[in-house]
Amino acid sequence: MLNILTVIPLSPLIAACFVGLFGKKLPKYFSYLVPIFGVTIAFILSGYALYLTLYGFKLNETVYTWLTSGGYTFEIGFLVDTLSAVMMVIVTFISLMVHIYTINYMKDDKGFSRFFSYISLFTFAMLMLVMSNNFLQLFFGWEAVGLVSYLLIGFWYKKPRAIHANLKAFLVNRVGDFGLILGVALIMFWFGTLDYEEVFNRLPALLSQHVILFNTSISLITLIGFCLFIGAMGKSAQVPLHVWLPDSMEGPTPISALIHAATMVTAGIFLVARMSPLFEQSDVLLSVVIVIGAITAISMGILGVIQNDIKKIIAYSTLSQLGYMTVALGVSAYSVAIFHLLTHAFFKALLFLGAGSVIIGMHHDQDITQMGGLKKYMPITAFTFLIGSLSLIGTPFFSGFYSKETIIEAVNLSTVWGANFAYYALLIGVFFTAFYSFRLYFLVFCGEEKWHKVKRKKNDHGLRNKQYPHESSKIITLPLIILAVPSVLIGLVLIEPLVYGSFFDGNIFVDHENHTNISLLASHFHGVWSMATHSLFTLPLWMMVGGIFLAWLLFIKKVKIDFKFLSPINNILKNNYGFDDFNEKFIANGILKFGNFLSTKVDIKIIDHTLVNGAGRLVSYFSTKLRLIQSGYIYHYAFFMIIGLFLLITFFVST
Amino acid sequence: MIANHILSIAIWSPIFFGVLILILNNRLSTRKINYVALFGSLVSFIVTIPIYKNFNTALSTFQFQEFHHWIIPFNINYHLGVDGFSVPLILLTSFMTVLVVLISYQSGIFKKAGYYSAFLIMSGLMIGVFCSLDAILYYIFWEAMLIPMFLIIGIWGGSNRIYATIKFFLYTVLGSLLMLIAFLYLYFKSGTFSIIDYYYLPISLEVQIFIFLAFFMAFAVKIPMWPLHTWLPDAHVQAPTGGSVILAAIMLKLGGYSFIRFAMPIAPDASLFLKPFMISLSLIAIVYIAFVALIQKDMKKLIAYSSISHMGFVTLGLFLMSPLAVEGAYIQMISHGFISAAMFICVGILYDQTHSREIKNYGGVINKMPIFTAFAVFFAMANAGLPGTSGFVGEFMVILGAMKENFWIAFIAATTLILGAAYSLWLIKRVFYGDIGNAKVGNLSDIKSKDFIVLGTLASLILFVGVYPKIISDITNSSVLQFIELISFSKAAIL
Repeated sequence: MLNILTVIPLSPLIAACFVGLFGKKLPKYFSYLVPIFGVTIAFILSGYALYLTLYGFKLNETVYTWLTSGGYTFEIGFLVDTLSAVMMVIVTFISLMVHIYTINYMKDDKGFSRFFSYISLFTFAMLMLVMSNNFLQLFFGWEAVGLVSYLLIGFWYKKPRAIHANLKAFLVNRVGDFGLILGVALIMFWFGTLDYEEVFNRLPALLSQHVILFNTSISLITLIGFCLFIGAMGKSAQVPLHVWLPDSMEGPTPISALIHAATMVTAGIFLVARMSPLFEQSDVLLSVVIVIGAITAISMGILGVIQNDIKKIIAYSTLSQLGYMTVALGVSAYSVAIFHLLTHAFFKALLFLGAGSVIIGMHHDQDITQMGGLKKYMPITAFTFLIGSLSLIGTPFFSGFYSKETIIEAVNLSTVWGANFAYYALLIGVFFTAFYSFRLYFLVFCGEEKWHKVKRKKNDHGLRNKQYPHESSKIITLPLIILAVPSVLIGLVLIEPLVYGSFFDGNIFVDHENHTNISLLASHFHGVWSMATHSLFTLPLWMMVGGIFLAWLLFIKKVKIDFKFLSPINNILKNNYGFDDFNEKFIANGILKFGNFLSTKVDIKIIDHTLVNGAGRLVSYFSTKLRLIQSGYIYHYAFFMIIGLFLLITFFVST
Repeated sequence: MIANHILSIAIWSPIFFGVLILILNNRLSTRKINYVALFGSLVSFIVTIPIYKNFNTALSTFQFQEFHHWIIPFNINYHLGVDGFSVPLILLTSFMTVLVVLISYQSGIFKKAGYYSAFLIMSGLMIGVFCSLDAILYYIFWEAMLIPMFLIIGIWGGSNRIYATIKFFLYTVLGSLLMLIAFLYLYFKSGTFSIIDYYYLPISLEVQIFIFLAFFMAFAVKIPMWPLHTWLPDAHVQAPTGGSVILAAIMLKLGGYSFIRFAMPIAPDASLFLKPFMISLSLIAIVYIAFVALIQKDMKKLIAYSSISHMGFVTLGLFLMSPLAVEGAYIQMISHGFISAAMFICVGILYDQTHSREIKNYGGVINKMPIFTAFAVFFAMANAGLPGTSGFVGEFMVILGAMKENFWIAFIAATTLILGAAYSLWLIKRVFYGDIGNAKVGNLSDIKSKDFIVLGTLASLILFVGVYPKIISDITNSSVLQFIELISFSKAAIL
């Protein structure tokens, strides 16, 4: 069985290497057929693994020993249980859709085969991450997906903004990884192993362990969890490490769907869910998780409202939804977080790919204020986009409804500190989600056709006179249609087994005695139908309706409301709360200034000029007497040195 | 017969070929000299392979020992032998020499025969350093190997080569002399120059500290440790590509190796006593030098500073004195050998075409050299410690080892994750990405098969060690444990 599972990550890897090495020399169809074949194998086998885990199959085995040293053994191995199997299916399925979509989306790009090589490599790295049974391999996958993300954001390497964004993304992620590696090192030291299961087994013995930092005693588990969570914040783009994700939209749209919405950015959520036995032990830690998640959910949702770039809106929406998942983790609703991760993967991939279709239709103009009325020209894209949006905002019976509604309910029932704040943050978040989603939908697909009024310069992207938007080819609309199905249905079908059933039992741990909200949640659940009808009497639904209504009022009815009173807030929002300014002006500049200071003042002035050359001058003062043998040829010096050595030896011989 | 002289053969065959080239210099064309040099370096590499093949990893004692009396009145002997710490470095040395010959093949270097023979002779002498079990023999190899390096920088170097050579010379000689004094003291105390005997020689803590500091001056300059590092960037900038490769890949490792071979086991109590001092210097090197690397305008300087920062992990790992950290330090040495060599070769390839090392004179190299850029990005990522490359292994293990000592040591060491990525990838961004920066970049052409083979080999090795570091740890494991035993044994206490 291990052999079969090993094939899952290896088949995309082999495809990636093949296309990367030979793609340019072979006919074009090799560039996409080989990766699609590789990913299809991975998808089918992942499905098979999921099927097996449903019947209680669980595999935790070593593939090979990476290193042994001083009694420690580091291994590469797989842990395949329901949690990783779900992730594997999500990753390979979305990846397959994106592979197919890309055939058309990138068809005229010079880097066609390079792109396929990267996304296959990404699939490999992501699979290594989710299938890992230890922290070493997790860290490998963690950084490897970061590498591919770096390469793909900077895919169009001539664009200054793209190569700025990819550097930024990698560095911000490295800040998170910095926390993660400290967490891993703490685990290695205290638990003596990096194997997940061993760590969980040894956990009870270390529950009351404290370490001294800053002269205060801190619970070891809290410290470890906090370090791991910093890693999760980097990858899953939680405030204040979120700054890289909006910029990452400089990359081609298919990877925004695959990496920056559906899979890589959810790695942090997966990590915390995987570590549930550890996180459950510390309420302080959970409160941190809740607060960070809630701040991300609300603040990034608000930013979605003021964006005009179609991809940026969806990017901020992703940030906000990741905040929802994080809050779910914080209130011990790990399975709900994974459930939302699942539904979000489908509808957000759908929205991004839909946005890509729009971008092609608009000849690479991404400004939604210059679109309008596209429903007529791109019916399939419009329809699937609407489905994705409805799912995102949590319309009853759609997938997003079940996951989001459950999160809000779990938060409402939670008694952990911070849950109260998070509840209101998420509620208000629902309003903003609905508002920006439908602002986007109305401005792009409905209303007046603004695209032929825009005056464009010669090199601007966009439609020219007498050009009309057109529906994208079948290769692009096919993945949209396929993704639309789970965006509607998967919540309805899976909520019962995934969240309330025994699906994750044994793989996700919840301390039911201290965190009663999860059992309470289960007792409130009476089936999918009643959950949807019951929602009519709950706040979230009406927040959502309010959001849509306001969007309709402003962008369809064109009611003029004077927003001047909001302009101070608007300024703050336009600057993304000042995060970017702070990072660039204060941190980046500060680091460079400090480096300059160390280099010019300490290295050159003190060490070199004063100490080294000073010593040199001292030597040269004494050596004026010895000028005769100072020929200036370095090999003369060396020669004398050897002679001296032998003289020294001779001297000892003769005495 | 041959099996008993396996180490001597490894030392003397490159020296033989080096001398041979000098003799043949006037009789053969440059083209034929190329072939002789390549043949010589390949033979010298091949003869080191049996050392690895036949090395018994279960033993922690010195293997393949050779012993001949040399200067009998002083008990100075030609005594060779290797343990797990020597073997990988010997192979690295002979292997890098092949690469250096390969990359010098087409470049317009004048007096090529002298150039090749300097590298071949230096290779033999450096292998001698790694094999010597007699202090004086070691010392002679140690000093002698500097001569070819002085020549390489002084003759084939850049415009400011004399200043760089003298600086290099002063630094290293000053340190070496103190080391010689330490050896002489140990000789008078024990009546032998045998390094193994020194390991069991009881010495009081005070004396140990003096011995340690004398060694420290010699080895810390080589590594180099902060604040004895300022010779390295100058030497690198002035050195020709091959010189930089050997300097970074092998010479710096001699410092780390010698700490393992001499300073720490001979003065274990002093090592323990000075541990906080050594750890502090290492941490300063890791962080401070990374900041300095960030603002460099010259590509070679940037990589030189990055080397110092990475070597900080070697000294940090060694002085954490736990098996995991020492193993990490050792793997870091090997890995840095590959990665720094690769990066210097990359700069060399660009320099050969444009005659500039200034970062601002580049931009958008990828448009003209996509294959080369793929390599450069890979090496930069390895330099930034990406898991799956060898650059990750050593740093990871040292950080794990540091956590055992103290949370904050691990914390400071781990900042390399951010800073290392910052200077490596910012360099990549400015040199390789973007639109074509200027006409010179516009005239670049991508690497040919010879460079492709060199870079491809290095990339494969970096990847292989990253994916399967056990290949190194299997060799070193018993020696690491033996080393830990030696340094945790108090010599002052048994006095």
